[in-house]
Amino acid sequence: MAAGSLLGVDRPLDLEALPDKRPRHWPFSPWHLFLIPLSAAMLLPLVWSVITSLETASDAQRFPPVLLPRSLHFENYVNAWNSLPFGHFFVNSFLYSAATVAGNLLFCSLAAYAFARVRFVGSNVVFVLLLVTLMVPFQVVIIPTFLIVRKLGLIDSVGGLIVPNLCGVFGIFLLRQFFLSLPIQLEEAARIDGASRLGILFKIVLPLSAPVLATLAIIQFMWSWNDFLWPLIIITTPQHAPLQLGLSMFQGSHVTQWNLLMAGTVMSQIPMLAVFLFAQRWFIQSIAYTGIKQ
Amino acid sequence: MADVSFQDVTKEFPGGTTAVKGLSLRVPDGEFMILVGPSGCGKTTALRLVAGLESATSGTITIAGKVVTHLSPRDRDIAMVFQNYALYPHMSVRRNLAFGLRQRHVPRDEVDRRVATMSAMLGLDELLKRRPAQLSGGQRQRVAMGRALVREPKAFLLDEPLSNLDAKLRVQMRAELKRIHQRLNITTIYVTHDQVEAMTLGDRLAVISGGELQQVGTPQDVYEHPANVFVAHFIGSPPMNLLAANASAGRVQAGELEVELAHVPDGPCVLGIRPESLSLIAPDDTRPSLQFDIEVVEPLGGELLAHGFVNGRAASPDASEETPLFAADPESRAEVTVKLDGRLRLKAGERVRLTVHPGEVYAFDAASGAALTG
Repeated sequence: MAAGSLLGVDRPLDLEALPDKRPRHWPFSPWHLFLIPLSAAMLLPLVWSVITSLETASDAQRFPPVLLPRSLHFENYVNAWNSLPFGHFFVNSFLYSAATVAGNLLFCSLAAYAFARVRFVGSNVVFVLLLVTLMVPFQVVIIPTFLIVRKLGLIDSVGGLIVPNLCGVFGIFLLRQFFLSLPIQLEEAARIDGASRLGILFKIVLPLSAPVLATLAIIQFMWSWNDFLWPLIIITTPQHAPLQLGLSMFQGSHVTQWNLLMAGTVMSQIPMLAVFLFAQRWFIQSIAYTGIKQ
Repeated sequence: MADVSFQDVTKEFPGGTTAVKGLSLRVPDGEFMILVGPSGCGKTTALRLVAGLESATSGTITIAGKVVTHLSPRDRDIAMVFQNYALYPHMSVRRNLAFGLRQRHVPRDEVDRRVATMSAMLGLDELLKRRPAQLSGGQRQRVAMGRALVREPKAFLLDEPLSNLDAKLRVQMRAELKRIHQRLNITTIYVTHDQVEAMTLGDRLAVISGGELQQVGTPQDVYEHPANVFVAHFIGSPPMNLLAANASAGRVQAGELEVELAHVPDGPCVLGIRPESLSLIAPDDTRPSLQFDIEVVEPLGGELLAHGFVNGRAASPDASEETPLFAADPESRAEVTVKLDGRLRLKAGERVRLTVHPGEVYAFDAASGAALTG
């Protein structure tokens, strides 16, 4: 008796007769036909800004743009650096980014661990309320935030940039979801071993959360480094401005010095580019983790 | 080192399930106590109650005479080995072993001394610098035990510690566990669903079913004198054969088998016969016997298991289930397993006669499942 009859089939499968679904071997994937033009389109603004940064002021004004300049003016970079306090801008941006990264890592971890593992009355309600604030656009809270920062006496200072951004709901959410995925037995073992709540967080949970902490750090660094609106609102002294705000000073009400603006922009993106090249793996992972696009 | 006791401990979970119902049990100092039962019976919850990872809904738990019911795990001075070992993946074996001592601020030289003693005892010296991911299953198991024991806790709790190991390693570790216990003589509570582990390791067993304690006793005692039909069926491999029977005037009738059992009240009951209490007899033998139709033969070398059917009605081991204790169909034939000499050459489809060893028959109350024979 054939085995096939068990299944109610009276003849065996003819494997030869089935259509051949094996992929044919092309030197490239069909996706490349779509991805290569898309990458070119994404790269164009960057290439354009680098080219503009090397042109004369008059070429930079021209439309359609001059994409093959007759001469390269590297002195634009020196002029841009000298015409505004770029040293201050870099220091301010660095302080702003580093402090908000550190603050988010610390405070978001603490809050996220509480929401993930500590059972307390109303924890779910508070967590949902926090998530709801993610949907509130920043423009809505600009004025209350401004008033609070003014009360703290931090208007027109780097401190005023940092304090409202020390802990974000996004970071709490991201870390909580990751903490929930860690095996609870590790924490139970640590409790039995005598570790306190904070001990468990700092000695067990955080060391195991390196990938997600790197993700949060990268996202927060990018966000702070590129932030323009909040600095625009509270910073008035050029010496206290971070890079993105400083760059806007090339844009006068009548004349914009495009070549210098682009030279400054390219300089401002060098640290971001360095971070990206250094942490490319985590960048890609971080976007996969969060499922969001920056 | 200390005794552990439960006094009328109940644990209800928020969903409404009662995992442990009125458990009272005392584990004397230095005893190796096994909590055994089918999955979901509440044995792991009972262990977690001792550890302080769950809090009892009512009742009292004491360790070394001190009420610990509301203490946090760190204040109970117990150690636990988890089913998946729960080694800290980012720490070396040495730091895993030392973690509990460091948390309790034991001086550094004392930590080093204890870690060295423990790693020598468990053969971990070569592995101290490795991470858990670089260890085999058996090595992780030993590290997990070392991490628990290095603190010299009052009680040592193990939650199915051998279930993730392959069969050969499990036998080795079983022997090693027994050696460690004999050497350290530490009060141990060991949770398992594997009744071979339960029989071989424990000083005493506590059989749990449906959150309730069924019987406590030495392995031999529980095996030879099961308190009820559940224990009789659960302890022993293959399980005891259960047949629906009827008693009258000291004689119990199950299908064509009739045995004399004094003290069994008249009326329906369940007859229990262990697979090894049955043997083949010649057709002309006059001893009480059963006709047995062999369906499957499993040779195990020294012995063989024959599965087949006898005329009679099967009985269910779990009286508390909704289904009636007796199988519904009166015409049904009862499935029976027999353990026989491995040298016999039996074939599927054969019809043989079986007799029951005198004095190795159990009877249980048909309604409550309680044992009727001593």
